[in-house]
Amino acid sequence: MRAVDALMECLKAEGVEVVFGLPGGANLPTYDAFYDAGIRHILVRHEAGGGHAAEGYAKATGQVGVALGTSGPGATNLVTPICDAMMDSVPVVFLTGQVRTELLGTDGFQEADTIGITMPIVKHSVMIQHPLELPRAIHEAFHIARTGRPGPVVVDIPTDLSRADIPYEPITDVHLPGYQPTTDGNQKQIRLAAKALANARRPVMYAGGGTIGAAAELRELATSDRLPVTCTVMGLGSFPASHPQWLGMLGMHGTRTANYAMDEADLIVAVGARFDDRVTAKLSEFAPHAKFIHIDIDPAEISKNVPAHIPIVGYAANILPRLTAEYRALEPDPARLEEWWHRIDAWRTRYPLSYTESEDAEIKPQYMVQALYEATEGNAIVTSDVGQHQMWAAQHYHFDRPRQWINSGGLGTMGFGLPAAMGAKVGRPDETVVCITGDGSFQMNTQELATCAQNGIGVKVFVMNNGYLGMVRQWQELFWDRRYSQVHTGQYPDFVKLAEAYGATGMRLTDKHTLVEGMRQALAIEGPVVVDVRVAAEENVYPMIAPGQAARDMVG
Amino acid sequence: MGEPGTKELLSLEELEAAGSFRTGRKHILSILVENKPGVLTRITGLFARRGFNIDTLAVGPTDDETVSRITLTLDGAVQSIDQVTKQLHKLINVLKIRDLEPTDTMARELALFKISADGASRSEVMQVCEIFRAKIVDVSKRTLVAEVTGTQEKIDAFERMVRPFGLVEMARTGEIAIARGRAET
Repeated sequence: MRAVDALMECLKAEGVEVVFGLPGGANLPTYDAFYDAGIRHILVRHEAGGGHAAEGYAKATGQVGVALGTSGPGATNLVTPICDAMMDSVPVVFLTGQVRTELLGTDGFQEADTIGITMPIVKHSVMIQHPLELPRAIHEAFHIARTGRPGPVVVDIPTDLSRADIPYEPITDVHLPGYQPTTDGNQKQIRLAAKALANARRPVMYAGGGTIGAAAELRELATSDRLPVTCTVMGLGSFPASHPQWLGMLGMHGTRTANYAMDEADLIVAVGARFDDRVTAKLSEFAPHAKFIHIDIDPAEISKNVPAHIPIVGYAANILPRLTAEYRALEPDPARLEEWWHRIDAWRTRYPLSYTESEDAEIKPQYMVQALYEATEGNAIVTSDVGQHQMWAAQHYHFDRPRQWINSGGLGTMGFGLPAAMGAKVGRPDETVVCITGDGSFQMNTQELATCAQNGIGVKVFVMNNGYLGMVRQWQELFWDRRYSQVHTGQYPDFVKLAEAYGATGMRLTDKHTLVEGMRQALAIEGPVVVDVRVAAEENVYPMIAPGQAARDMVG
Repeated sequence: MGEPGTKELLSLEELEAAGSFRTGRKHILSILVENKPGVLTRITGLFARRGFNIDTLAVGPTDDETVSRITLTLDGAVQSIDQVTKQLHKLINVLKIRDLEPTDTMARELALFKISADGASRSEVMQVCEIFRAKIVDVSKRTLVAEVTGTQEKIDAFERMVRPFGLVEMARTGEIAIARGRAET
């Protein structure tokens, strides 16, 4: 059969139900194969939209996402989603077309060195050199993308090779001698960690994106005693925000409680987290009293930023239950944590997340998120873009389950929200999927409204419209003497008309008294909806650890 | 030190101070990789991204034709070398990495020197070659080419000795290394 038909068989064997992509010259053979392959293909309007949709799909379902683009500009348009998937460890396989082999290196039409361009931002990549390699390369790509620390894999397929006639036999084994992730965790280290935890008087569990697939296990450990839990922006939802042991998010815009707890902790159990600079703030003053247990699937994360006293390499889902068992066996005295909880509770009472409510009908952005929480009964899958709205969403929409919060944390990609919501909705059609976005971010991939409208993908977009690139404006206000340089976007475009032009429903909400009701109406409408929510223009995200400061110096 | 994102002015001295972390001893990394296209680029690219300068690099086949050995030397604080080693391990095509202990390692480099050697200085140059056990592999009226093998330091010393005679050009392979004794490299 043709190599591209074998490709379809491989995709089906990997359980792929849906892919996102855009055809072009170099991947015409692949698209001919899609014509009757029985795999759902969603035609996006820009490859970046397809890439982020595949990410959203992967994050919402836990399955490997698939995105396609043609050679040259198709592939370069995928660069941002590839990098985004790398930073946030999202399993996505990117299939790019390439010019025919005799044109390689000749600056042929729509030729780009896709492998070279993407090399620093992939978990792995391969250009097919011979058609017989294709099936194995596809299975290896899926294996690498989904196992170990997940990430993006690029498979670049020259167009002539994809038309070759090859014998196809299903491949069931993948053998990669240089890729053997340590998954189980060393039992001695686990025992050591249990002992340290049982002796800790001021412990904090610090959970990152690596706990999304280990939420039940995380909860089991935390609740086997009263261990306080905080999550990174990537980990939100892996521990229920409604749980009494929840301290809130930590980091630059985390709660004071979470940051102060880290600051005073004597033991920090980092699980699937990587001590990002947005979490540690000033590294030299980060958690000065703490010892660190670091559980991570990626050995390169151990002691990268903060030296780990007890490193444990493996899947959190494998390690946490054994740590729980060892911990329980030590019968630690729960009373030792009482003083610690007094301290934490005092912070909680004194420093709840707060903001000044408007006196008139004006909608404060924080209230907008609270209203959306109310309108969706806290049950929606929420995607976000990047900026102030992202932080407010993370703070005020209290996520109770994993895969409920989908955002671009590491790369901070504006334009992520809408396509990610689209991918999440395709993967989880029975769930309410909302995108909280900003007027700046939203415009970076609005074209995917057409994809949503055409395919009846009912995402509900709530644009937090303040007429500014708000986070940059906030920094200019606070740290650059209010010199607002190139951050004012005004009320352009008219998002209601824009939505209608794309075949979606457009709404505008401007009054806080009718906001929840208006949102309920929007959520009840079939198909994609864009709600332009006019909010207070110059509100700042607080609390905040200012640049160069330590957690204990939070302001606001 | 100025903080990112703030308007604090950064002096050039501060910038340089922040970047000068290559203070540790020399390291010899011996890396076994799958013999596949693009592997060397992945490795060198990784070093560039993490801010490391490779001093020397040598690549060649091993007794297994599907496997190549990359030997590279670099300068770096131990901690950061450790980080680079871990990052290298993440490359799918990298099979094995050894950060070779200098005392337990045989390291050799080969170099070719083209040295000015006319009538007056020729015998003197040849004497230096003899002391360093360098082989003279080509002679012309005004120059000769010497082949010398040894550690990086020996070749550096040879270079210092012949430079005054007039060094026309030189080519060095970069060190290759193998562990002493029975241990596998």
